[in-house]
Amino acid sequence: MAETRAPAERPLSPHLQIYRPMLTMMMSIVHRITGFGLYFGTLLLAWLLIAAASGPAPYARFEWFAGSIIGRIILFGYTWALIHHMLGGIRHLIWDTGRGFGPSEREWLAAANLIGSIAITVVLWIVGLLAMGGPR
Amino acid sequence: MSREAAKHIRTPLARVRGRGAARSGTGEFWHQRLTAVANIPLTVAAVIILIMLLGRNQAAAAQILGSPVVAIIMLLFIGSIAIHMRIGMQVIIEDYVHDESAKLTLIMINTFFVVVVALASAYGILKLSFGV
Repeated sequence: MAETRAPAERPLSPHLQIYRPMLTMMMSIVHRITGFGLYFGTLLLAWLLIAAASGPAPYARFEWFAGSIIGRIILFGYTWALIHHMLGGIRHLIWDTGRGFGPSEREWLAAANLIGSIAITVVLWIVGLLAMGGPR
Repeated sequence: MSREAAKHIRTPLARVRGRGAARSGTGEFWHQRLTAVANIPLTVAAVIILIMLLGRNQAAAAQILGSPVVAIIMLLFIGSIAIHMRIGMQVIIEDYVHDESAKLTLIMINTFFVVVVALASAYGILKLSFGV
């Protein structure tokens, strides 16, 4: 019986490591990662609402967490993820109409997605810190 | 009519019913976009509401969250993001988990997680709103 020769170890199809990283590609990946993060971030929203409904002591525990260093880092990341995913979603909705696929348009949209999300996040946090009476 | 079809008393349409997408295959695609559009104004409103809570104590926060307009906006926000994130996470699971039993288990857990988070959040808002 003839021995069947093992086929050469070749990639079946080109995957991520084959391609040069591009902004549009990175924004696509980030859109999925931010969506994944936002999914678990809803636990914080549920915590806030349950705590507010439960009384001063549970609400104080939430405030303590939200005001801690780790809490603030998580909330800052959550704000950015939310805004980035929202702007990325608007980009997808533009694409759904068949527009925005041109070489310059898609680059511009990807850059606007990133720059816009960072700018809006920073503005929201400045407004938020001012609403709390300055950084504490 | 072919010999195969002639053996059956049922019409060709009746035989294919329930065996696949018949104008319903794009349901999740459509709902993902429908909720995406709804999420834009609802997210803007929710962010404004959450900023309004900053620097306030529990009594003031409860009063804001329990007021009718805010409560309705927050309920709509939670409902819309719940549907959106359930579909989104299911797509991620289907993309990366290829073991059939693990995939089905995760898809079930996904739905359970979304229902629990959405119901818990809605309960919190309704409790504040009805002032019980």
